[in-house]
Amino acid sequence: MSDPQITIYTPESLLANPRKMLGDMFRDLAAGRELAWRLTVRDISAQYRQAFLGILWAFILPLANTITWIFLSKSGIVNVASTSLPYPVYVFTGAMLWAIFMDALNAPMQQVIAARGMLAKLNFPREALIVSGIYQTLFNAVIKVALLLVAIVVMGINPGWNLILFPFGILSLVVVGTSLGLFITPLGMLYGDIGKAMPLLMQFLMYVTPVVFPMPKAGIAAKLFILNPITPLILTARDLLTGQAPQFLTYFIIVNVVMVLIFLVVWVIYRLAMPILIERMSS
Amino acid sequence: MSETLIKVEGVSKKFCRSLKKSLFYGVQDLGREVTGRRHGGNGELRADEFWALKDVSFELKRGECLGLIGHNGAGKTTLLRMLNGLIKPDSGRIEMRGRIGALIALGAGFNPILSGRENIYVNASVLGLTNKDIAAKIDEIIDFAEIREFIDMPVQSYSSGMQVRLGFAVASSFQPDILILDEVLAVGDFSFHAKCFKRIGSISRNSAVIFVSHDQSSVGRICDRTILIERGRCAYIGNTIDALRQYNNAYKATLSVKSTTVCHDDIVFTSILFNCGSRSITLQTSDALNLVIQLETKKSIPIGKCLVSFYSETTVNAGQADFTGQLDHLPEGFISLKLEIPRIQLAAGMYTMNIAIFHANGRDTVLHSISCTEIEVIGLSFLGSHYKIPVKVKLSNSLSRNIANIL
Repeated sequence: MSDPQITIYTPESLLANPRKMLGDMFRDLAAGRELAWRLTVRDISAQYRQAFLGILWAFILPLANTITWIFLSKSGIVNVASTSLPYPVYVFTGAMLWAIFMDALNAPMQQVIAARGMLAKLNFPREALIVSGIYQTLFNAVIKVALLLVAIVVMGINPGWNLILFPFGILSLVVVGTSLGLFITPLGMLYGDIGKAMPLLMQFLMYVTPVVFPMPKAGIAAKLFILNPITPLILTARDLLTGQAPQFLTYFIIVNVVMVLIFLVVWVIYRLAMPILIERMSS
Repeated sequence: MSETLIKVEGVSKKFCRSLKKSLFYGVQDLGREVTGRRHGGNGELRADEFWALKDVSFELKRGECLGLIGHNGAGKTTLLRMLNGLIKPDSGRIEMRGRIGALIALGAGFNPILSGRENIYVNASVLGLTNKDIAAKIDEIIDFAEIREFIDMPVQSYSSGMQVRLGFAVASSFQPDILILDEVLAVGDFSFHAKCFKRIGSISRNSAVIFVSHDQSSVGRICDRTILIERGRCAYIGNTIDALRQYNNAYKATLSVKSTTVCHDDIVFTSILFNCGSRSITLQTSDALNLVIQLETKKSIPIGKCLVSFYSETTVNAGQADFTGQLDHLPEGFISLKLEIPRIQLAAGMYTMNIAIFHANGRDTVLHSISCTEIEVIGLSFLGSHYKIPVKVKLSNSLSRNIANIL
């Protein structure tokens, strides 16, 4: 017989008992481990079984982005300031890293929306959805990184020993993306506006991040670039990948520490929000 | 083995009529929750809100089965969702002990592209089974669902019946302490239905079961006690038979089928009288039902097919008493037809009764009485109705207004 585990539901906020809540959070995280893995396997195999181009989809978008920007800059339609790396390498690495960040950002809401039917009817550790989203982002990231490495070597860049640290760059993109994505999930579940506004905001964010443009030297743009917390993530990851000395290492570390703390807060909010969202979703 | 597994104390839940406001309240509730305040305020309703469930309390021990009946929208599912921890109560307290199994939403999380086998793993994980459990049970699950030859095909090529069988097989493959059943038995063909009942029976011996169904005969057979929910309020809790009776009374009150009788042109007068006198009759399953049809005919009419049929809320034709052949013609003049049904043999429930007598030519209606009475059958016999109900017809030429003389 299983242990007599007692579950109590009352109208009190779960925050009224923070210690118990934290315990429950990590217990559910552990309990949802296998489920998260199953969901990941399910989603990935279904995704590739139904797509003719299969794994190509993991990098078609950033590749198209890269080609567009190389064309824009080569033809002189857009005048891009000179970069320390050859521009194609700069754009390609930027676009790929940005795509990984976007994957991570979109994953929580996508997962929750896709699992709506299950959420409304079954009780399972809600954390499994987040974890499954992270797994899937990482899976796609690995494909992208493999392609990136090949491309970089082909283009004559020697990554050097810093490459060992590169996984941290990817991981921090995933952690930060997931935190932000999880932050907008509760409201995004209630109001469709959020889902619609996101691509718009993200496009703007991309242009104030050194993805296709190098860091501006002065002016309001330079301020925006440096205030944007994604900037050090992209720059550091790119530096580590292409064998350059990371310029914003301290900033990078600060952003990561802050974001891990934010992640914990957002996780709490997600947990608190779930019953409320489920009630409103199906009513 | 008789510890209390479910304790529900004064649980209430409010819902909102307007979607816009509902979403806004959702944001409000979210704000309250995050700032650590109580859910649902102090029990007051905000604009456009109503109590979907109010002050429901009960306890359930291991080995007991509680029925939950009520009309659509009465709040049954809301209660189940709170018990399952999907939504929070606005007031009250719910305590659940042990592992909860829910036979709701069979096959939730099935991905149509993946094979049955892959979906078993996913579905079972969602229900909280570990990989080890699943590996040990997968063959049993496949055999129970009777889909071994299709198990490696994508689920989208399954028939809906196969999907439900697979969902049931997975969901019922482990022994929970608390089992929640919501209308799941209305699925599958007859033989699978029987298997489901057997499986549920063996699970329920060792757990506390909450059973929601519109099928009165299943509720009556399975449940020790039953709660009747009406408009979110607990209208009755206790003995299953009494709960079903009260439910039927509520149904009767809402029933608005008008009784109409259509006659052949050569018939000038009809009336139908029952041994119980009123238009609404309450009977035990084994009781007799006698009725007299009085007619005045202008000339002799040859008779063909004759039927009394019973319709229930859920079954179109729950039972039929066929007296074709017992009557070859209606003579001219004042006549009485006495129909004697020695045992009504219907399962417990509410029925309306129709009488149809057709001309020997097979086309013309001689007499067709629709909803000539409502019959409530009560008692412990919840087994399915006998489709053929024995009936005897006696013809006499006297027209009497005094029913006691004939019946």
